[in-house]
Amino acid sequence: MTEKLLTELSSDQEAEIVTIDGGWIMQARLKELGIVAGRKVKKISRVGAMGPVIILVNRAQVAVGAGMASRIAVKVKSNA
Amino acid sequence: MQSKLNPMRENYRINKKSNHLALDILLVGHPNVGKSVLFSRMTGVRTVASNYPGTTVGYTTGRTCFEDQNYSVVDAPGTYSLEPLDEAAGVAVNLIDEAKRIINVVDATHLERHLALTIELLAQDKPMVVALNMSDEARHRGIEIDGKKLSERLGVPVISTVARSGVGVKRLIQAALAFPLKSPVAYQDQTGHPGHHPHIPRHSQKEVQHDHRHLVEEEVWSQIGAIVSDVQTLHHHRHTLGELLEDISVHPIWGGFAAAFVIIFSFAFVRIIGEFLIGGGIGIFGEPWIVLPFGTERLFDVAWKPLMMKLSNLLQEASFLHQLLIGTLINGEIDFSQSFGLLTSGLFIPLGVVLPYIFSFYLVLSLLEDTGYLPRLAIFLDNVMHWLGLHGYAIIPTLLGLGCNVPGVMATRILESRRQRFITATLISIAVPCAALQAMIIGLVGKRGIGPMLLVYGILFLTWMMIGLVLRYTTRGFLPELLIEIPPYRTPSFLALCSKMWIRVWGFLREALPVVMVAILFVNLLYVFKVFEQIAYLTAPVVTRLWGLPEEAIVPLLIGILRKDVAIGMLAPLELTTHQLITGSVILAMFFPCTATFVILFRELKLRDGLKAIGVMLITVIFVGTTVNFLLDFKF
Repeated sequence: MTEKLLTELSSDQEAEIVTIDGGWIMQARLKELGIVAGRKVKKISRVGAMGPVIILVNRAQVAVGAGMASRIAVKVKSNA
Repeated sequence: MQSKLNPMRENYRINKKSNHLALDILLVGHPNVGKSVLFSRMTGVRTVASNYPGTTVGYTTGRTCFEDQNYSVVDAPGTYSLEPLDEAAGVAVNLIDEAKRIINVVDATHLERHLALTIELLAQDKPMVVALNMSDEARHRGIEIDGKKLSERLGVPVISTVARSGVGVKRLIQAALAFPLKSPVAYQDQTGHPGHHPHIPRHSQKEVQHDHRHLVEEEVWSQIGAIVSDVQTLHHHRHTLGELLEDISVHPIWGGFAAAFVIIFSFAFVRIIGEFLIGGGIGIFGEPWIVLPFGTERLFDVAWKPLMMKLSNLLQEASFLHQLLIGTLINGEIDFSQSFGLLTSGLFIPLGVVLPYIFSFYLVLSLLEDTGYLPRLAIFLDNVMHWLGLHGYAIIPTLLGLGCNVPGVMATRILESRRQRFITATLISIAVPCAALQAMIIGLVGKRGIGPMLLVYGILFLTWMMIGLVLRYTTRGFLPELLIEIPPYRTPSFLALCSKMWIRVWGFLREALPVVMVAILFVNLLYVFKVFEQIAYLTAPVVTRLWGLPEEAIVPLLIGILRKDVAIGMLAPLELTTHQLITGSVILAMFFPCTATFVILFRELKLRDGLKAIGVMLITVIFVGTTVNFLLDFKF
């Protein structure tokens, strides 16, 4: 189990959300789309080095802005 | 355009006298679950529906008939929860109090994401039915949902529907209206005992402890998990072509190519279709490759001109009525683009030039909307939009603004913060030319070659970027980041496409035609009473010195406040040089938004920000007009 930021995941890697470091509004917006601590996500792709991160959560694709994604900590199973 | 043009007016009504709106059935659900399509099916009212979250930003009212009684049905914007985070969702939440019955529309392909709202709605103690929409798509994706079990778990009727084809709609209406106006059967908790509703605070109550809230949420999520695992079975299914395209379009490299390809082809298609409808020619730049005996220009020349020439002879050229109806004869003939009478240019500009472009623009935009490509484009433009203090999703109001600024400015409601709404709306009203304006620019400036036309577009684009950059650093407030759900690709439904096209094209005719007539009437009155000489004298320092335009150009500038297309059309008889034409078009595009946009701008931004937007516009137009004029002089 290693902890990483959502932005640091490589494509197709699966992880579980540990903490979300953000204010009430950010937490609420993420929650609307099912992005909460404990949820399993899979990174699909990222547009450019600074672009939004596209993840699969609850079987739906969601694009998360870079700044937001860098404040979401996830834990990854196995090595990677 | 019920849902695009009127809702604010109606909103106002509901805010002031809320009890006056009869609201028998309200459609509530997440964005992009198909509420508007379902609403159309229930009421027969045409709506604009697309495949991206946030198409509906205001509400639409309709009626449905059941057992010889009429019931009012309201289609609300999508909301994820009862604590709205953007303006559009706020509209929906405000409506819930007024509703007698609720139809909670959920997406059958992603049940687990929708149940949190369902449970929040159950706590409202209103008669409610759950519509399990897109059940056909769920089946294709190998998702099986036991509606009966779900209904038992929730304690309310659950009806499977396919809004696109109308499956289940009748049963849905029946279910919604069948039970008497009392609370639903008590909600059953996990253990199966009829129990209490999990209390979820409707508005953020400060006294509610954070820990407590958190606990309640956890409880709700675990309940949802239990319900879903009980009622839903996932079968393995094969990877579809759509899913392959989905992967490609968010790929860092291929997706970039795809975005560029889509943008270039969309513009090319709009032009090809538009030019074909006007002149019957097929081609992109310069002379068309083939010309067919077709098009609005030919129609006007063959069918309308002889009739108008007869009328002209009858009225006598010098008479006031002739000036008003026919306008000025050019070399003894009617020239539809230069005569400027009510029955000549007054009909030719909106019907002969603008309508074909409105049609082609909305055809291409509607296809982009319905396939679900737009959110993906937003992702690729996110970085660029950040420079302007925006995020990628702001491209959607901007694209709508390329059709008509009014729905564009309204669509800024899908953005989260006031600052973003201000920047986006200001940019649209100044530097995003609507389809009518573009049709005239292409018609007039395009005649001088592809270079000048691209220059006009280039200057507008640069201005758009520049204002955005400046506003980003001069405004204060919260700048949220992009966070959007990406819908799966869907095949556009032909019926939905037709209904949307009809609303938009008919909307243009209904809204624009009368204003064009008024504008042309004004032009003629100004000429007849020689009012413009006075104004021209006053404004000459700016118009002639700074912008290098003839004094007469002030008249189109003033008319531009009514209709931009007519204003550009008025540049035609002025015999401008190419570079004056470029400056003139750019200034006209930016100078005061047309009345309709003006009204919506103030309604959406409120007085203070509206005035700020106008201030930015005035500074920009003087600065850009002058710069372009001097730079072009310098170059040639």
